[in-house]
Amino acid sequence: MIPASFDYVEAENADAAIAALTEHGDEAKLMAGGHSLIPLMKFRLTTPQVVVDIGRINDLSYINDGGDHIAIGALTRHMAVETSDVLKAQAPILAHVASHVGDPSVRHRGTLGGSLAHGDPASDLPAAILALNATLVAKGPNGQREISASDFFTGFLETALASDEMLTEIRVPKVPDAGWSYQKFNRRAQDWAIVGVAAVSNGSTNVAMVNMGHTPLRSAAVEAALAGGASAADAAAVAAEGLTPPEDLNGDAEYRSHLARVLVGRALGEAMS
Amino acid sequence: MTAVMGTPMKRKEDPKLLTGEGKFVDDIHVHGELWMGMVRSTMAHAKINAIDTAEAAGMPGVHSVFTGTQLQEMGLWAAPLPCAWPVTEDMLNPPHFPTASEVVHHVGDIVAVVLADSRYRAADAAEMVVVDYEPLPAVASIEDAIAGEKLAHAGLGTNKAFHWPLIPDPDALEAAFANATHVVKGEFVQQRLIPAAMEPRGVLAIPSPAGGDITLYTSTQVPHILKVMLAATTGISESKLRIIAPAVGGGFGAKLNVNPDESLAVTLANKLSRPVRWTETRSEAAFSTHQGRGQKQTMEIAADENGKILGVRAHIDADMGAYMMLITPGVPLLGSFLYTGVYDVPAFGFTCDGYFTNLTPTDAYRGAGRPEASYAIERVMDMLSYEVGVTPEEIRRRNYLAGGGEFENLEVASTLVFDSGNYSPNLDMALDMAKMAELRAEQQRRRDAGDKKQLGIGLCTYVEICGLAPSRALAGLNYGAGGWEAGTVRLLPTGKVEVVSGSTPHGQGHETAWSQIVADKLGIDPADITVLHSDTAISPLGMDTYGSRSLAVGGVAIAMACDKVIDKARLIAAHQLEANPDDLDFEAGRFGVKGSPDKGLLIQEIAFGAFTAHNLPDGMEPNLNEQMIFDPPNFAFPFGTHVAVVEVDEDTGETELIDYIAIDDCGNHVNPLIIEGQVHGGIVQGVAQALYEGAEYDAEGNCKNPSLMDYLVPSPTEVPNIQTGYTYTPSTSNPLGVKGVGEAGTIGSAAAVINAICDALRPHGITDMSMPATPMKVWKAINSADSTANNGGGQ
Ligand SMILES: Cc1cc2nc3c(=O)[nH]c(=O)nc-3n(C[C@H](O)[C@H](O)[C@H](O)COP(=O)(O)OP(=O)(O)OC[C@H]3O[C@@H](n4cnc5c(N)ncnc54)[C@H](O)[C@@H]3O)c2cc1C
Repeated sequence: MIPASFDYVEAENADAAIAALTEHGDEAKLMAGGHSLIPLMKFRLTTPQVVVDIGRINDLSYINDGGDHIAIGALTRHMAVETSDVLKAQAPILAHVASHVGDPSVRHRGTLGGSLAHGDPASDLPAAILALNATLVAKGPNGQREISASDFFTGFLETALASDEMLTEIRVPKVPDAGWSYQKFNRRAQDWAIVGVAAVSNGSTNVAMVNMGHTPLRSAAVEAALAGGASAADAAAVAAEGLTPPEDLNGDAEYRSHLARVLVGRALGEAMS
Repeated sequence: MTAVMGTPMKRKEDPKLLTGEGKFVDDIHVHGELWMGMVRSTMAHAKINAIDTAEAAGMPGVHSVFTGTQLQEMGLWAAPLPCAWPVTEDMLNPPHFPTASEVVHHVGDIVAVVLADSRYRAADAAEMVVVDYEPLPAVASIEDAIAGEKLAHAGLGTNKAFHWPLIPDPDALEAAFANATHVVKGEFVQQRLIPAAMEPRGVLAIPSPAGGDITLYTSTQVPHILKVMLAATTGISESKLRIIAPAVGGGFGAKLNVNPDESLAVTLANKLSRPVRWTETRSEAAFSTHQGRGQKQTMEIAADENGKILGVRAHIDADMGAYMMLITPGVPLLGSFLYTGVYDVPAFGFTCDGYFTNLTPTDAYRGAGRPEASYAIERVMDMLSYEVGVTPEEIRRRNYLAGGGEFENLEVASTLVFDSGNYSPNLDMALDMAKMAELRAEQQRRRDAGDKKQLGIGLCTYVEICGLAPSRALAGLNYGAGGWEAGTVRLLPTGKVEVVSGSTPHGQGHETAWSQIVADKLGIDPADITVLHSDTAISPLGMDTYGSRSLAVGGVAIAMACDKVIDKARLIAAHQLEANPDDLDFEAGRFGVKGSPDKGLLIQEIAFGAFTAHNLPDGMEPNLNEQMIFDPPNFAFPFGTHVAVVEVDEDTGETELIDYIAIDDCGNHVNPLIIEGQVHGGIVQGVAQALYEGAEYDAEGNCKNPSLMDYLVPSPTEVPNIQTGYTYTPSTSNPLGVKGVGEAGTIGSAAAVINAICDALRPHGITDMSMPATPMKVWKAINSADSTANNGGGQ
């Protein structure tokens, strides 16, 4: 619970952060809310030599109407997402999911960008971003690029971001009339999901899963079944197909697979009604 | 002045704690302090081949690094850490020194200590100490210990530490089972619990090299016991040790010990002439602080055709962990007397085998032995009710002591004398408040409708043993100390009162409750009363706080000290008023002469007179300053009825506690608000065992969930809506008629919750559920019960 020693750099803006990343390479880590990074450092599971604090870059904390989408700055705190009227109207699932992250103190520190960049399969917000089919904007020394949510999560705690890139914005399509549901199954209110399911139904239905593999993921089997005309119940029955859920004290693979079926059933029931 | 005893006075301690003025050990810093960084064994059982401290010793800020062997050679200790409760003459107790030198016996055993000028540098250097282990077979569970193929301590030749029987009449017991119509047997596991007090443990030892004394600040429940034990085991004179427990953020039994770190801090501070400190990290606590429970129980009950109990037979295998700590082996014995519960049991037998494992030692944890006992008896009572075909409440009524009516000083099968009880009215109140008939109807409705959320109702009618303890009773149990408590009441010249408490609060609110007792006795405003405690220089005599003893022993001592003050003040008043002492009334703080209402003296005036000593009766000592040491004639036996109402989601296995009713009887009340808080907290701790918590180990003896991310301590959002109520049956064990309430909630709640879950799952043919009843476990039980039923049907 005591981190190894490290140097601390405060970045005033995205360019300064990227410059620091370029300078220190793999030895540096960005710190946004610090609510995933610091626990890892305290367990000494990660020992960055340089911590680049981006938590005070206020001009990357915003929720703006971008025409066909809502643009959210990467440094926007979960609490701002949760309470945003624009999001509640245009992409209500995202505001709702944000309200289920941890507890109020976590939601006041943690950022949307940090949650996505962390790439934890157990996190809530990646599922919402996947189900919404959002676009992520990354900035590096050579400028910025867009990454589709479905291409973003590449491995366990790994993303498509290069080591000198920073996530700056998340673009969420406007889906004011879509049906949606988020099913989070956990033991205590502040805990991560044992299994979670996010569904957005807007013509077709996207289904994303929490803690059902080594990345946040979309359920190909369920989506294919639905696209093929299966009923919600039949689609839910294939929820665990092709997935290798993690095993821990809260759930082995059998139980997680079962929960996935139950929760997909519930999510589809809500999103498609 | 109106009575303050029995009123819900707000706690005096809270403004300070709530505004951050409370000083915990970790808040106290002194110049020149060195931080200890513990190098802990990463193996459950291994030989230490070599330890390389060279690199660590050269790191910045490092003062010194000592291996266990070096510390032994420095002669820091006169004796191993103490076990005060050798339960049998032949109990095995391998030496347990603060650090291991040749062999480590559990993950977390300290093998070397770094001293550095900051906590971070100590941690960094500790990580650089290289230990070469040669693994030995690890006894990683009580099952391993019983199997005996691997030995936790090779030198002992066995894992069994002791066998302790309590079978008052073996023939009667055998006959009871032979003649029974119904014999019900339950096998239960009391999983290991990690105490997880809000404030982790920590120490700061400050030497005074010139004067030669050492002050130890430590987050402890037992400064007095610690002082004696540290003196005895370090060889440092008792008169040179001062122990201070500053603000202590919860203990629950886990701070009732003499820990390696406490001994290390004192001896190293003494040796190095430098202040030495340490604060455990949260994950370290899973290894450096003892755990609770850790028992396997076999519980049998024999009954006649009407469900009237003929006999109870209990056997437990208790996991001591790697070493005997202060009262490790005694914890199961504290429960032994309660395996007959609130019932009239003609024949009783209890046996306990204590086993060593290569796991963190176990010791007292809220309830210590009694939650285990009430769980076992209350689970089998439910099983018996189904066997006989009556409701859980009916089977209990049929078996209550004294037919459920009022009794005093009743000897029960386990040979103890219960001070007082009156069980039926307590049960009735709980059933009323729970609206039992409505609940049962709703349960039936859901069963008929095949609802996915089934309702379960669980009952627990517990009794517990507290007010530890009559010293002679402790002698009978071979406990190494007395059970008295000291209290001093001192009137200051200005009429204010100083109360010195021997029992040591760590969240219980002694300052408030003792003020209320003294205020009523002396007729003085509670605001004028200060309670001093938790510092052996201020309160030299005490036996501290555990076993729900503070009020029933320590609070009573305070009340009796007040009586002594009043007796002396009466003599002074009589002398000064020129009246006969018997002609004085003492009321609301004033001695008045009977029949002459305007002739009198306030106790504050007498206090001043006793201070100036200008006009005292011949030969009387000046001042009003009285001490009472109270050794209770008997334990106190609180009781109560808890009802848990759960909803089990059969799709996910999730249990939601939707209602909880607790009717407790702890005799007379001093402060109902404090009682309410204790009941709530206690219940949550039992609910935690039933639904959430449990230390899990792999086959090599590694704890799989040492952090609060994986070890699920419930938070306020998981706490059920608790409805409380009380009946009042005064204790006969003390003049205040009070019983303890600190552990009662925990003793009643785990059984109530599991009984409720089993009640909900009954339609599936499920009759038992182990703790913690996680959603996965419950779902798997339903799943396998249903598929067995389906397969059975098809054959
Ligand atoms: C007690 C507790 C409970 C929690 N419960 C939940 C929960 O229920 N559900 C849930 O989903 N989460 C939960 N979390 C995690 C929380 O949501 C975190 O805030 C979030 O996962 C990470 O956001 P952050 O801003 O704190 O990121 P940080 O911890 O600062 O960073 C996380 C990682 O992302 C990188 N990073 C951060 N920002 C950027 C960026 N803009 N560009 C590139 N890389 C970046 C960092 O370098 C680091 O590797 C919990 C956390 C705690 C402490």
